[in-house]
Amino acid sequence: MRPILEVENLSISFLQYDRGARRRVLPAIRRLDLTLEAGQVAAVVGSSGSGKSLLAHGILGILPYNARMEGTLRYRGEPLTPQRAAALRGREIVLVPQSVGYLDPLMKVGPQVARDREKGRGVLGRYGLGPETGDLYPFELSGGMARRVLISTAVAASPALVVADEPTPGLDARAAGRILGHFRELAQGGAAVLLITHDLELALTIAHKVAVFYAGETVEEAPAADFARREDLRHPYTRALWDALPQHGFTPIPGTQPYPGAIPAGCPFAPRCPKRQADCGGAIPYQTVAGGRVRCLHPERGEGS
Amino acid sequence: MSLEARGLTFGYRRRGKAVLTQVSLALRPGERLGLTAPSGRGKTTLCRLLSGYERPDAGEVLVDGKPLAACRGPCPVQMIWQHPELAVDPLRTLGAALAEGWAVEDRVLEGLHIEPGWGKRYPSELSGGELQRFCVARALGPETRYLLCDELSAMLDLITQAQIWQFLLAEAERRSLGLLIVSHSPTLLERLCTRVVCLEELAGGGAQPLL
Repeated sequence: MRPILEVENLSISFLQYDRGARRRVLPAIRRLDLTLEAGQVAAVVGSSGSGKSLLAHGILGILPYNARMEGTLRYRGEPLTPQRAAALRGREIVLVPQSVGYLDPLMKVGPQVARDREKGRGVLGRYGLGPETGDLYPFELSGGMARRVLISTAVAASPALVVADEPTPGLDARAAGRILGHFRELAQGGAAVLLITHDLELALTIAHKVAVFYAGETVEEAPAADFARREDLRHPYTRALWDALPQHGFTPIPGTQPYPGAIPAGCPFAPRCPKRQADCGGAIPYQTVAGGRVRCLHPERGEGS
Repeated sequence: MSLEARGLTFGYRRRGKAVLTQVSLALRPGERLGLTAPSGRGKTTLCRLLSGYERPDAGEVLVDGKPLAACRGPCPVQMIWQHPELAVDPLRTLGAALAEGWAVEDRVLEGLHIEPGWGKRYPSELSGGELQRFCVARALGPETRYLLCDELSAMLDLITQAQIWQFLLAEAERRSLGLLIVSHSPTLLERLCTRVVCLEELAGGGAQPLL
């Protein structure tokens, strides 16, 4: 089956003014790869500054004017140009934004969900929000209600690709589970769901596959089932994430993710990597290993293991 | 010796519904008490009362038997907030923000993986995880006896979360600090705490949802 979304070797850089009229190019995303099929939930996991939200904005075609995107972005097999993204967004490709800050604060919720009053009520009802919710302003919503309203605005159009940017922070475990359940329903209905989050634990409860971002690169794409066992993971960073889970070792590796502009040549994880070798400063291929993909010269999980 | 809340009742509006009703709790030095409750039930409000940012409508907060309001000098109860970007002055560098509290020891900076160059930056130039490291360092002054950690690591990635907590646990152990740890994550609370309570269990009159 043709994937709904294919991202290949995507890079996004920003043109900035350094001092006076001197300009410099700041690479924020350098090598992102990801494929997503219909009916699938793919989680994009990474710490802040790894380029997760930028990918979402790139897909929607809503990057700021000083951003430059290179590489391949295909939607249903055809290149997703900014023009095409503009025509599709809000209809076939939708964004569930990070916060209620994306809603119009001066407009009641109902008309923001759908122009048609009845349709809006129907969609809100699907998420357990009564008809009275439509008459509230965004500031009157609690955290959990706000999330459900944001999902409602996105799915009123019956989309084929849903991009959800950090949909769960600030919610208790039960509320977060319910919100993620709504995304699973969307996938069961045939949509492709891209779930952007820093919360690996929650992502694993619904995702079919997980893409791990580090410093603007995809370091690993793995079936979610591989996260059940440490030995099944391919990249040393993914294993470091696994080790840091509270229910596993809760042991951190030292250091922090490098900043755009200060990322070393070769593998960006090399300075913190326990398995670092001399050749890690060179070109790093993105290779297929045991049903997943990994950007590492010395993957932890070898071919055929 | 303990941080004690006795029958705290508090509402943000004079005639509105109380957020907390008759809440009592005791936190001993060296103890790591986990606090959990669904969203909007007043966990953060309780922390604000315990650290003196708000005054209760009824009840009192005692630090080692003395009312919190009677403490002079740096407050022995320090709070670390869920959103570090809102807890630092956006117009001052982080070095300045850190210096106004106490002379932070190098040991603390190293333990929290704070890099020397970050002190010259403004809050908008650092990530949430990096800002939170500064907020933790700032709260660990020599007078601090009790630390209230309100969703300290909810927005941090796993490795940063583990780094900050490993340091904080060692520091609490060394100085016999009492920690109140607010979190939604059962696995995190189980890993960190010596005891976990639900906010409803602490309330005499039953906690009301905040509207």
